[in-house]
Amino acid sequence: MLKHTSKPADEKTKALCDATFAKLQAAFGSAIEKAEVEYDFPEITVSRDKIFEILKFLKEDKEQDYHFLTTMCGLHYPENKGHEFGLMYQLHNMPQNRRIRIKTFFPASDLEMPTVIPLWDSANWMERQEFDFFGIRFKGHPNLKRILNMEDIDFFPMRKDFALEDPTRDDKDDSMFGR
Amino acid sequence: MALTETKRTKLEMAEKPDGLEGPGFFAGKLEDLVGMARKNSIWPLPFATSCCGIEFMATMASHYDLGRFGSERLSFSPRQADLLMVMGTISKKMGPILKQVYIQMAEPRWVLSVGACASSGGIFDTYSVLQGIDRIIPVDVYVPGCPPRPEQILEGVMKIQELVEKESFRRRQSAEYKELLGKYGIE
Repeated sequence: MLKHTSKPADEKTKALCDATFAKLQAAFGSAIEKAEVEYDFPEITVSRDKIFEILKFLKEDKEQDYHFLTTMCGLHYPENKGHEFGLMYQLHNMPQNRRIRIKTFFPASDLEMPTVIPLWDSANWMERQEFDFFGIRFKGHPNLKRILNMEDIDFFPMRKDFALEDPTRDDKDDSMFGR
Repeated sequence: MALTETKRTKLEMAEKPDGLEGPGFFAGKLEDLVGMARKNSIWPLPFATSCCGIEFMATMASHYDLGRFGSERLSFSPRQADLLMVMGTISKKMGPILKQVYIQMAEPRWVLSVGACASSGGIFDTYSVLQGIDRIIPVDVYVPGCPPRPEQILEGVMKIQELVEKESFRRRQSAEYKELLGKYGIE
């Protein structure tokens, strides 16, 4: 796997990352797995079992106050056996202009996540999108159906095992593409 | 300069079809006459979804002016349109809508596919993009380019005009035509 070389994190971000990590660990113990700064962005990996409580804590705790869910994104690393799929939540604390990324990983055999709609209504469409592209199912979602792709497709196009090029196209001569 | 001295250019609106001509009469084929009339009054329906649509806007504007070819009046209702101009990327989700628009058009109808995306999917060889509109509707003329210049779009329209002019009265009733539409599942 390609490992990027990020520049060393600045002190402030690193301190913020460590402080948040310590706070979360005090509250949730071993459910908080690791913390690192990637591209000047604090990133905390947590266990799926406690994801809802952790996000609720980050949102409602007066000190953390990550009240805004910027985006959510599915992850697929087929080479990580047992943790093939993942989900990333990006949170924003606007009054203090702080951002944080929460990641969680789970096996391909069990793609069920708790919904975070009770915390953020905006998660409704985001979760539908992750269902649409990765096939991650959200327990408790009121309307879990495809949002962008055709309703009748039987595949999840952002998974790594889905061929990038359209398999129905027969006019492409491989010799023209150097392969 | 006096008005009588002004040099006048003789304007020819449309070329006369072949026929016998004498003082006060003209005898020719009705088919030719209808072909001439249709050719010079095509009402296009612009189905523009992306950058080729921008080129089409230039084609319609004063500098290039599609109106010079008798297509001044765009029809935004498929029921009154003669020519469906598909310009831009058609996603798989848009496919059924495009087909519906085509079905709603009255015969005789023609289709112009403008640009690489409409013709073949273009650079978007991917899960969400239809790999050419000829997978769902029959196409008469393809215009290559990404996007094509207004001159190319005009050239495409002129090719359509040639087809319109030469088309036989019986083509739309022929078994071949029915078979062609049948291949696309259109009655």
